[in-house]
Order: sequence, then C-alpha cells, then structure tokens
Amino acid sequence: MNAIQPRGEVLLRAEGIGISFGGLRALDGVGFAARAGEVLAIIGPNGAGKTTLFNIVSGLYRASEGRIALDGQDVTEAPPHRLAARGLSRTFQNLQVFFRMTALENVMAGRHLQERSGLFADLFRLPAARRANATTREAAMALLAEVGLADKAEQPAGSLPYGALKRLEIARALATDPRVLMLDEPAAGCNPVETEEIDRLIAQVAARGVAVVLIEHDMKLVMRISRHVLVLNQGRMLAEGTPEEVRGNPEVIAAYLGTHGAKEASRATARGAHHA
Amino acid sequence: MRLSPRWQFPFRARWATLLILAAVIGTIPWFFPSGFYFRVAALVWVTALAAVGLQVLMGQAGQVSLGHAGFVGIGAYAMALGPKYLGLDVLLCLPLGAIVAAAVAFVVGRPILRLKGHYLAVATLGFGMLVTMVLVSEVGITGGPDGIRVPRAELFGWRIRGGETFYWIAGVALLVGVWIALNLQDSPSGRALAALHDSEVAARTVGIDVAAHKLRAFVIAAVYGAVAGGLLALMNGFVTPDAAGFLASIEYVTMVVIGGLASVPGAVVGAALLVLLPQTLTFLHEYEQAVLGVLIMLFMIFLRAGIVPGLAALLRRKAA
Repeated sequence: MNAIQPRGEVLLRAEGIGISFGGLRALDGVGFAARAGEVLAIIGPNGAGKTTLFNIVSGLYRASEGRIALDGQDVTEAPPHRLAARGLSRTFQNLQVFFRMTALENVMAGRHLQERSGLFADLFRLPAARRANATTREAAMALLAEVGLADKAEQPAGSLPYGALKRLEIARALATDPRVLMLDEPAAGCNPVETEEIDRLIAQVAARGVAVVLIEHDMKLVMRISRHVLVLNQGRMLAEGTPEEVRGNPEVIAAYLGTHGAKEASRATARGAHHA
Repeated sequence: MRLSPRWQFPFRARWATLLILAAVIGTIPWFFPSGFYFRVAALVWVTALAAVGLQVLMGQAGQVSLGHAGFVGIGAYAMALGPKYLGLDVLLCLPLGAIVAAAVAFVVGRPILRLKGHYLAVATLGFGMLVTMVLVSEVGITGGPDGIRVPRAELFGWRIRGGETFYWIAGVALLVGVWIALNLQDSPSGRALAALHDSEVAARTVGIDVAAHKLRAFVIAAVYGAVAGGLLALMNGFVTPDAAGFLASIEYVTMVVIGGLASVPGAVVGAALLVLLPQTLTFLHEYEQAVLGVLIMLFMIFLRAGIVPGLAALLRRKAA
C-alpha cells in the first residue's frame, strides 16, 4: 500500500548534523527528510542521540555541523520561537507542561502565534483582546476534544495523570497549526488504550498533510504508523528505510535488538552476581 | 510551590475583585476617626500600586526583582527634578517619570533578564543600589541623602493638597492599576508570561519570544513603580533616597510574596499588611520589629501560597 501512494513534498530536511558534548561525539553526519502527510520514526537504543537530534532540529541546541531547511529555507540558526512561527512544533520526552495553568490554558498558550491583539489591547482589555481570548478559547477547546481531554479543560494541568499530560502536550503542539510536528516518545508510559488513542491521533494529523517526526520505543506503534524509519546508534545513522526494510536489516537487529540487548542483559546479570 | 495552580481569574471573579476593592476604598473613610488616617490609607494604596507592578513581574512572569524601588525612586525624583531643572509642571512629570523609568527598564532589562533565579536577583539588586547611590552622591542635583522638595501640584487653578484629596487620587490610581494587571493576566500577553514562568523551553517551542515578553513585564513593572513613586512624592511634598533604597525593594518583594505571588489582589493585601502592621505595632516599642518579623514568618509557614490564594483555598475546602 505504501509503495503505491505518491510521496509528499519534503517539509523538513536535516543534513550532516553533528554535535559534540565535551569531547563526546553525540551526533555525527545524521540527516533525514520529513515529508508532508508522512510519519517518520526515529528509533535507536538509549543514548543513540535521538532527543539531541530533536533538540537541534527544534532550535534548542545549535549543531556544530550540518544544515536544516524548513520548507526549502535555511533555518539552521533559527531560535525555537521563529521555527514555531514557520510551522515547526514539538513535544518533550520529559514533560514540559505549564503545570500551574489549566489544561485549557495550556492549549490556549499554544495559540500564541495566532493571537494578534497587541500589548496595549491586552492591558486595557480592548475589543481586540477580548476577541482574541474568545477565538483562542474556542480553538483550544476543539483541540482538547480532539485528544480526548475536553472534560478536563478546567483542571489544573498539575493534577492530571501522566497519560493525559502526554496528550495535552500534543494538543498544545497542534495548537500552533504546525506543518511539521515532532513528537518525542508520545506513547511512553501510556497504557495500551492510551497508546492506541495516540496512534489514531498521529495518523489523523498525518492524514491532514502534516509531516510527523517521532521518536518512539514502542516498536509495535512504530511499525504500525510510520512510513519511513531512521535508526540511530551511538550518534550515527545505522539504517534507513521502510519499517519492513529496517526490521529485516541484520545490522539493526544486531545493534538495536540483538547484540546490544544481549550484552546489556549479560552485563546486568554479571553486575548483579558480583554485588550479591 | 511548583505545583500550586495559577490563581484563577474568570470574568466574574475579575469584576468581583474590582468591586470589592472599590467598595473598600469607597467606604473605609467613614470609619476614620481623624484626618491622619487618610494619609496612612493613601500611603497604603500608593504602596499597593507599586506592589501590583512587581506582581506582574514576579507573580505573572516569574522573574524576581530586588531593585523594584529603584523605579519608584526614578518616578519620585522626576517630580522634584523636572520642575526644578526643566521648569516643567509637576503633574506633567508624573507621565514623564513613567516614560523615563520605562526607558531605563528597557535598557537595563535587556542584558539582565537573560539571567535566572539568584543571578537575576543579584543583578536587579545591583540596579537598585546603583539608583540609590546616584541619588545619594549627586548632592548638587538631587539634594543628596537629605532629599529634595517636591512642588505642590495645581490643576486648573485648584491646588491639590490635603490627606483626603490624596486618598481619593491614590485609591483611583490603585483601582486602575489592579484593573490593568487583571486584564493582562487574562489576555494573550498574560498567558505568554504564565507560560514562560512554567517552562521557558516549552514557551519558546509554541512561538513565544521569551526574552521579549520578560522585557515587557519588566517595563510594565517599572511604569507601575514610577507612577507610585510620583504619587508618593506628590503626597509627601518631599522625597529622599530611601524611596529607592534596598530596604524598600525588599519590602515590595515581601508584600507580593506574603499576599500571594499568583494573585493581583494579594499584592494589595500584602502592601496593606506591611504598611499598617508597623503602625499598629508601635505600642510594642523596641519589640515592634521582632514581632513584625515573627508575623511574616508565621504567614509564610501557614499560608505558603500567600494570604489571598491560601484563604481562597481554605474557603473552597470548607464550601466543598
């Protein structure tokens, strides 16, 4: 089925990304292309550099080498809020929710770029500010409904369970009307029902023409929803291709599923035995 | 602290706050046994105005300032220096002081708001000390530590003077100030401030220009401080460097924290408490300061979220 569909245009392209942290080569020559309407999954063992790559592409870190283009324009040096204005939004592995705000306010804050009231109107509650509040609230409610949190709208985000916060972050990211959506482990810590909901949500977003890039450890989820998979290992690209291709790649099996896991396991047991 | 929810201000609660404040300002003069009380109450409203400005910076944007009084001082001295050296009408110097304070905040805020937490605290502390130092040492211009006289204001031939007049001027100014701060809190700009308060990283990724919004909050706080300082100078007819001093800055921070960082009316309650407590504790003579200190500690221990949010939570629990 995948092979027949025409591929979407490239919205986000990263080329030759490299970064070092105090002598440690965290990423070296990594690149990918995210296309409209497609889900690109980035997988790899812990410490492979997946989140670092996300942080570079979303403008939080600056790469020492490489280029990033969004919609064909160079954004290698752009700060995160400029990237958001150009249509790139993301979520975080370790939640970055606005905990003191309600669920609704979290998503409303995500509409920041769509609000055009100005400080003066905000201070004196001019009609522009009131209109902005009303339209933002409406849009945010719709997004909360989309992620299944409409009934939690007025609850402080700090009181919501983990799975709900994961979806709240996705709703907030969607509130920016992104063309590229980057999700860092959206299903981590979620139960099977929640994972299925997130799965459905990602498919829906992609179907609207958004390029989705996700980091995920849940292999079943990755295989089910992604069109393209990039495998990182120790900061380098190990393999790239369709889920089927990647799954059959012996190097991937060795590094990610086989040898690595086996080594880890044996080391853990050895350590355990030693301590005992 | 981190998980205590933001003080909620839906439409009705906003107007309720303003109505209650208006009712308090409008009715308490009935209970004043003498004219002296007008002066004390006017001082409360003016101090509260400065505290509300700091609430925007500290409570809404989450950026500490230990130099808020510096802006109060700029506003206050504008009322003395403008007429003396520029020949301006003293009332014209009120907006002028606010503009100068805003400009200073804009220039100073840019570099120092990159700092966070303790570092920002020390940098703002340095700013406040710098203002005081200039006011103290430029004896030829500012009158030095002895202070300087502020001319009486006149509006269309009517001389603005007397405790009662200043009471109403300060009361209306505070009402407007609280209205603006509440408006901000429930607006796109206010949500941006609340967002960067909770997570700067997340705020940036939804398109909020964190540096620009922090600077806005800093400038807004400075304008509040300067207007309050100007009114204070007008009321007293005199201004000394103490208005801009370190102790004053610390008191503003205490007011905002004790009243409830997240709450605009909290800043008013905190200001009222810190202005009135020393006045009512004078019968304790040498123990006054010690009792005041113990009271502040008790408030912080038992109402950690601050008086207004703390009491509101207690009431909600009782109602439930």
